[in-house]
Amino acid sequence: MSGVRVLVGTHKGAFILTSDERRKDWQVSGPHFAGWEVYHMHGSPVDPNRLYASQSSGWFGQIIQRSNDGGQTWEPVGNKFAYDGVPGTHLWYDGTQHPWEFKRVWRLEPSLTDPDTVYAGVEDAALFRSTDGGQNWQELPGLREAKGHLWQPGAGGMCLHTIIQDPSNAQRIYVAISAAGAFRTDNGGQTWLPINQGLNSGEIPDTGAEVGHCVHNIAMHPSRPNVLFMQKHWDVMRSDNSGDSWNEVSGNLPSDFGFPIAVHAHEPNTIYVVPIKSDSEHFPPDGKLRVYRSRTGGNEWEALTNGLPQSDCYVNILRSAFAVDTLDSCGIYFGTTGGQVYASSDSGGSWMPIVSNLPAVLSVEVQTLP
Amino acid sequence: MIRVVIPHHLRTLAGVSQEVEIYIDGLVTQGAILDALESKYPMLRGTIRDQITKERRPFIRFFACGEDMSLESPDIPLPSAVVIGAEPFRIVGAMAGG
Repeated sequence: MSGVRVLVGTHKGAFILTSDERRKDWQVSGPHFAGWEVYHMHGSPVDPNRLYASQSSGWFGQIIQRSNDGGQTWEPVGNKFAYDGVPGTHLWYDGTQHPWEFKRVWRLEPSLTDPDTVYAGVEDAALFRSTDGGQNWQELPGLREAKGHLWQPGAGGMCLHTIIQDPSNAQRIYVAISAAGAFRTDNGGQTWLPINQGLNSGEIPDTGAEVGHCVHNIAMHPSRPNVLFMQKHWDVMRSDNSGDSWNEVSGNLPSDFGFPIAVHAHEPNTIYVVPIKSDSEHFPPDGKLRVYRSRTGGNEWEALTNGLPQSDCYVNILRSAFAVDTLDSCGIYFGTTGGQVYASSDSGGSWMPIVSNLPAVLSVEVQTLP
Repeated sequence: MIRVVIPHHLRTLAGVSQEVEIYIDGLVTQGAILDALESKYPMLRGTIRDQITKERRPFIRFFACGEDMSLESPDIPLPSAVVIGAEPFRIVGAMAGG
């Protein structure tokens, strides 16, 4: 019998939620790493029992945990993230240059083909890779050569939060950084190209700058790797040419500010966002928690509300806290800063909370198990 | 035998309870204690001091015999009460945040 395993990172530990393919009855395991921030957990696509977790603390720094049994047991692995060479400087909030300083791992992205290879997106923004199951980490320094001195931190820090591997081209990887923008490598990470043409950001002096945009999240369907969807600080964007250029597809959204964006598992033109009122008011417009779905790849959006609170709701949904499973009836999951994890087993038509009282949810990933 | 008290979060990480015991050949200093502690519990590397610069993390403090040793050189000898195990060397997370 198939099922799903939902990996939830929170402000005070990690939780693992499991169910069969009906996704009605859930078992909750946790807290793992109690008291620590867990920015992200992710499983290997080729070995679902191989999990990686980013465990961190403002007091005690960064830990990477690895599991070989689907999260039943964990072992700390390597946590030495040393920038390649002299780290240099980047733009600071006040316009001065500021030294690059490692703070934490925001994103762990296991390889599509090798469970021992995993990428880490870190703050201050850089991309690291391990090829030995997380024991040792090496930076891919070419990324910061893509005008890194002009990157600047967003409100949450200067974080590399999105890593997308092209399943049709092992040499191509996309990353996104707040507030630097989107970048692409076509040679396995040696060199990188800013891919921000068409982005328009009123928060920076040159609204169409090559870098400096606060990209919040990017999503891709594996069957159509040249089509990318982006939730930016403001604006929902789409690229049909691997990021070479972007067009706005915010359409009739009540707000085009938000954090996550995701693509349906079986419908490459069906996408999801969660509108947030504004950059200073990080909660849903009108106190109504609404997921918006477009079946047209953007521009035309419908509100999904069945089972979600429609009054007095002032939670946020962070960029990594939204995921889809690959069961025949696609499941959609998201976690809130209020500690709820909602699930839909019918592509967003109806929702139910799996858990309601966790610490603030930082990330949600889902594994579809055989 | 030297007794070391570490913060709760690091005890759960290292899988130990209360105090840990370490042994040092030679001069007992902050640096020697941290070297021995990280050797016995490798998962603590980077959690108390930076792995590259060896500088104490900002929200970590060191105490010995009631004295704050946080700003002392890592190479100065520690009090004899710590050396003989009569008093623990305390590694404390700063009181900050909720």
